[in-house]
Amino acid sequence: MSTASTNPATTAAPARKRRTAAGDVVLEVKDLHVTFPSEAGPVRAVRGLSFDLRAGETMAIVGESGSGKSVTSLAIMGLLAKGARVEGSIKLHGDELLGRSDEEMSRTRGQALSMVFQDPLSALTPVYTIGDQIVEAIQIHNKGTSKEAAWQRAIELLDLVGIPNPEQRVKSFPFEFSGGMRQRAMIAMAIANDPDVIIADEPTTALDVTIQAQVLEVLKKAQQETGAAIIMITHDLGVVAGMSDRVTVMYAGRPVEQGTVDDIFYRPAMPYTIGLLGSVPRLDQGNQEALATLEGNPPSVVNLPPGCPFAPRCPLAIEACRTAEPDLERVDSGHSAACVRVDEVVSQGMTYAGIFPVPDLTRSQLAEVPREERETVLQLNDMKKHYPLMKGAIYRRRVGTVFAVDGIDLDVREGETLGLVGESGCGKSTTLLEVLNLAAPSGGSIEVFGKDTSKLGRKEKFTMRRDLQVVFQDPMASLDPRMPIFDIIAEPLGVHGFTKDEIEKRVMELLKLVGLEEGHADRYPQHFSGGQRQRIGIARALALSPRLIVLDEPVSALDVSIQAGVINLLEDLQGQLGLSYVFVAHDLAVIRHIADRVAVMYLGKIVEIGDVDEVYERPRHPYTQALLSAIPIPDPQTERSRKRILLTGDLPSPADPPSGCKFRTRCQKFPLLSEGEQRKCIEEPPELVGKVPGEDHADACHYSEVVSVM
Amino acid sequence: MIGYVLRRLANYIVLLFVAVSLTYVLAATQLNPRSLFLMRNPPLDPRSIESMLLSRNLSENVPLWERYWTWLTNVLTKWDWGQSPMGAVVNDEIGARIWVSLRLLLIGTMLGLVLGVAIGAWAATRQYKISDRVITVLTLLVVSTPAFVIGHVSQILATDANRRLGYQFFEFIGETGAIHGEGWWPVLADRLQHLLLPTVVLMLLGLASMSRIQRNLMLDALGSDFVRTARAKGLRENKAVMKHALRTALIPTATYVAFTVATMFVGATYTEKIFGFRGMGAYGIDTIQGQDIHGVVAVTAFAGVCVLVGAVLSDIFVAILDPRVRLS
Amino acid sequence: MTQHSAGSQGVGPAETAPAPAEVEQPTTPGARKRLSRGQLTFRRFLRNKTAVVGAIVIITLAIIAAIGPELFYWKFDDIDYDAFLKGPDSNHILGTTQAGRDVLALTLRGMSKSLIIGFMVALIATSIAALVGATAAYVGGFTEKAILWIVDLMLVIPSFLLIAVITTGGPQGPNAWLLLVVLLAIFGWPLSSRVVRSLTLSVKEREYIQAAKFMGLPAWKIIIRHIIPNVSSLLIIDATLGVGYAILAETGLSYFGFGVQAPDTSLGTLIGEGARMATTYPWVFMGPATVLVILVMSVNAVGDGLRDALDPTSGSGGRA
Repeated sequence: MSTASTNPATTAAPARKRRTAAGDVVLEVKDLHVTFPSEAGPVRAVRGLSFDLRAGETMAIVGESGSGKSVTSLAIMGLLAKGARVEGSIKLHGDELLGRSDEEMSRTRGQALSMVFQDPLSALTPVYTIGDQIVEAIQIHNKGTSKEAAWQRAIELLDLVGIPNPEQRVKSFPFEFSGGMRQRAMIAMAIANDPDVIIADEPTTALDVTIQAQVLEVLKKAQQETGAAIIMITHDLGVVAGMSDRVTVMYAGRPVEQGTVDDIFYRPAMPYTIGLLGSVPRLDQGNQEALATLEGNPPSVVNLPPGCPFAPRCPLAIEACRTAEPDLERVDSGHSAACVRVDEVVSQGMTYAGIFPVPDLTRSQLAEVPREERETVLQLNDMKKHYPLMKGAIYRRRVGTVFAVDGIDLDVREGETLGLVGESGCGKSTTLLEVLNLAAPSGGSIEVFGKDTSKLGRKEKFTMRRDLQVVFQDPMASLDPRMPIFDIIAEPLGVHGFTKDEIEKRVMELLKLVGLEEGHADRYPQHFSGGQRQRIGIARALALSPRLIVLDEPVSALDVSIQAGVINLLEDLQGQLGLSYVFVAHDLAVIRHIADRVAVMYLGKIVEIGDVDEVYERPRHPYTQALLSAIPIPDPQTERSRKRILLTGDLPSPADPPSGCKFRTRCQKFPLLSEGEQRKCIEEPPELVGKVPGEDHADACHYSEVVSVM
Repeated sequence: MIGYVLRRLANYIVLLFVAVSLTYVLAATQLNPRSLFLMRNPPLDPRSIESMLLSRNLSENVPLWERYWTWLTNVLTKWDWGQSPMGAVVNDEIGARIWVSLRLLLIGTMLGLVLGVAIGAWAATRQYKISDRVITVLTLLVVSTPAFVIGHVSQILATDANRRLGYQFFEFIGETGAIHGEGWWPVLADRLQHLLLPTVVLMLLGLASMSRIQRNLMLDALGSDFVRTARAKGLRENKAVMKHALRTALIPTATYVAFTVATMFVGATYTEKIFGFRGMGAYGIDTIQGQDIHGVVAVTAFAGVCVLVGAVLSDIFVAILDPRVRLS
Repeated sequence: MTQHSAGSQGVGPAETAPAPAEVEQPTTPGARKRLSRGQLTFRRFLRNKTAVVGAIVIITLAIIAAIGPELFYWKFDDIDYDAFLKGPDSNHILGTTQAGRDVLALTLRGMSKSLIIGFMVALIATSIAALVGATAAYVGGFTEKAILWIVDLMLVIPSFLLIAVITTGGPQGPNAWLLLVVLLAIFGWPLSSRVVRSLTLSVKEREYIQAAKFMGLPAWKIIIRHIIPNVSSLLIIDATLGVGYAILAETGLSYFGFGVQAPDTSLGTLIGEGARMATTYPWVFMGPATVLVILVMSVNAVGDGLRDALDPTSGSGGRA
């Protein structure tokens, strides 16, 4: 039963009588097919999806890009582009939704069926206030509600989703909200009419982890308030483990496994699911082994060959897999999987390690040499980068200074990987760019291979570029689409004066080194998949045999199953070539896997630095603790028992950072301190110092103490 | 804020000053007022020609910078933009012609803008349907047709229509014609008759280009996420389009509108010439053909002011329509 | 070589279909069945019937302009003393002028001049726009400010009047049209260069430009090698629409006698000549006017078609 009738917050919108009690089926999807026309032929985006959704439950649809999960959500909402062909059946409370007119569907949309979209900036109309947009949602379905009552309700809804000062913020425009607040407003809009089903399409993908944790919490609260069922569409297995009751795994438009969240995570029966779960680096496990990899790429859903679409990547594939596509078979009650060999997998209890090959990685000889004895390749001393802050779309003017990086110290030794983590705006990418620019920073100094960059001449800088290379995040944007990959990899060699023959030989070497075929040298980047393009980017970075490579989120644009291969490659290359890495990432699990040391940044400062296992297992700074605790772990039982440290509010502007300790405004520990202790936080910026002698572990908190959060 | 507005304004004034000065130099070196008098029959006395040119600051025997300086001081101190070789006062010409242009252009331009926005937006919602295709082809036709061709074609058609009607319904030479009857009504009717054809031509021209712009803007807005959100809330497609897509697509439209309105005065050269309206657009042509250095410079200055007013107007319009600009 | 590297994504069945798997967005067809970008663009262009017709018309007109004078009996400078201001008949398909010259022959002559001027102006103007716009955006700082100021200046000056002033006092004669080409090109690039600049500003942020910078490639090479090829879609569209602009500007000037000068002939001079008697002897006007409209419309249709084909998010400028 809905709590709405008893909740004073819902007085303005009279609670509808629910047509279903908890546990009844509200949404029934049967054999859903969606096809789009395209230049290359019909795109069969969804092929035969069925599921029942019960009141109050959360079902996750998981899959990589192209698996058809987002198309499914739009098909249910009836919001697909006009050219799409939708077949099958979608029933809400037993009434068919397919084939309804726009007018009929409009009465259901936003009422019984509502949706939260991925990108909350583009999903809100920029020219109307948040309040206007929520009021609109209320009044469409409650014609009798007065403007005042609807505004009142909008304020209550904003309050419910945790927007501070809702009376004022209701009059704000979307651009005045932060990403997290916009997504809260979207959720407020989605629950405005007490829906029976909320579809959340990657609702936290565009957000930082601590904000993600807040928003997921709000979504759970919204579900409690409305008693709605949630369809959670995501690629993040951690979010699935923490949020859902049941899971549908999709691959190439097909559901390949369905079951309860425990079935999927602890007893997966389809090799794809097994591989997907196994290739994710785990936040709660140190780096012991190479990640096993799912070779190859998801197929294109245009002109699919016959047979199981996963067969080309499946080590268990047999002849039967290539002839016909298997249907979902019952594994046990409520759990089914689409695999010809599902019985073998289940009966023999096959696991990840048994199915997928774990590659042998070259270990670096440098690992034997103690850290102190290795050469320092990069050293930052109190490095600062300040930008002028410009304002105004028409009349641009300087209104202040952005303290993007505000005094950081770190060093990187030969053969090691330093992970640089933090949320967007913390200054980690600025730090990288400063190093790459080889120019004098706003303050402090940068030493690359022992040389101060502010004292480098033009020529020295040019020579130094051979030893310092970069790999970027977006494998599409980092390769010039107008050049064949031979030219792309050859470009740095040409710039640095290699002869034609040398270049030819070196490029072929590099292609082999990163696992690409030499015959593909004359193809263009768009002919390669994301993972392959990232390998091309790595080959280009390696061309001049550098000693230090900085990597800016090198795997975050890749699908999970592709990520593992690139991570393995990077580790292997490091072992072979004795490279040093500075690895920037927002995914702390990836850092845990690949890095030797980690530095956590917040608002342009390093708050904690040290040996990666040390920092993850025994975090000392409250921010590190909150960050680690915010990251969902792909393990439902762990997720259920975990206690989250939820930070309040958003990141302060780097143009106007708080005095003293920059983290104190959001710190979970700060309110618990005595007034005298608080004064120290407000007045005195904490230094980054090691608290335990002899340990590679330092933090910048006046009152730091170890809190285990895993 | 005020400081920045002032700085921008100062930049505009410098721009304008450089543009006008450049034009003066070009016009003074390229145009040849003396030729007008040399062609006279019976021939004029060379000395009286010289003294006439000297008195109007047009003699090329005076060094260029000296003429420029005289002209500039007159403009700046007395707001005197000079005389034509024949002695017409530029200030008076412009003073009269602005009103002619305004009378001619206001209705046509406004109708063109409003209808253009409406038709463009509507066509976008019906993308690839027959109605959209017809509109696209027709507007393409109009945009590809030079104003002078449309003007003359309309006159050819009007002549034909008048012949069929048996009486001169469509008038297309000048602002006024012979007035039949007494009182104000025949005067007004005569003026409207003369206005009809050029107004339709102007409206067509404006409508076609505006609707093409608006259609593209609207297509962008239609594909945006927030329209989908509006529909997900339960708004019907038409309503979501009107309330969310169109409102947002109007922001960039404001820029075009501002420039169109501001540059209207000098934009209708062909229409004015063809329909015999002695407006600002026609003045530009007349001054060049009349070797009228001061006139050309004045028209250039006027046109420059119009463009800059357009820039300011577009800033203001956008600020009104777009909260992101208004509030940040 | 380790096992891993040798056996990774380079081999295996998946390699036969290395397709980006972005099917979530059905609006971006992408290069799925290994259709090259060029092929896809061509297909998209072919789907736009108006544009295809436009392309055929332009090619046909260009061929007629080139070989037409050989096909017809009357040459443009022939005078038929039996036919002054005669309407269209079997002898003179489009009629004759006051001086007894064949309107069809004159129109073909004028069309070839207008076409040549149009293409030359578009090519020069777009080249200037590309270099200046890309340089402004990539180099930034004072260079950018200076360029933008000059662009603003050019936009404040009414180009039509200035060109008219210069051609009125400029050199006359059979090669005077070359001056017109130069003038039209000089006043044609500023607006395009602004568009090139704003596109370059976004291209500049792409990581491959950063990568080139960090490998030590000098700025001018980055502009030539990476930036200009990557704004080429825009440049192609701009050049095409520029042809239409140039033809309209040339005919407009010539109509008033400021452009192509007698004895040279362009569509504009013909229309100007015919316009004086348009209401009484419409054929002198209608022949060249019709050809002009068909020509410009075809160019614009091709430009629109290219825009749709090259740029799936066409019609931008107002991304709100």
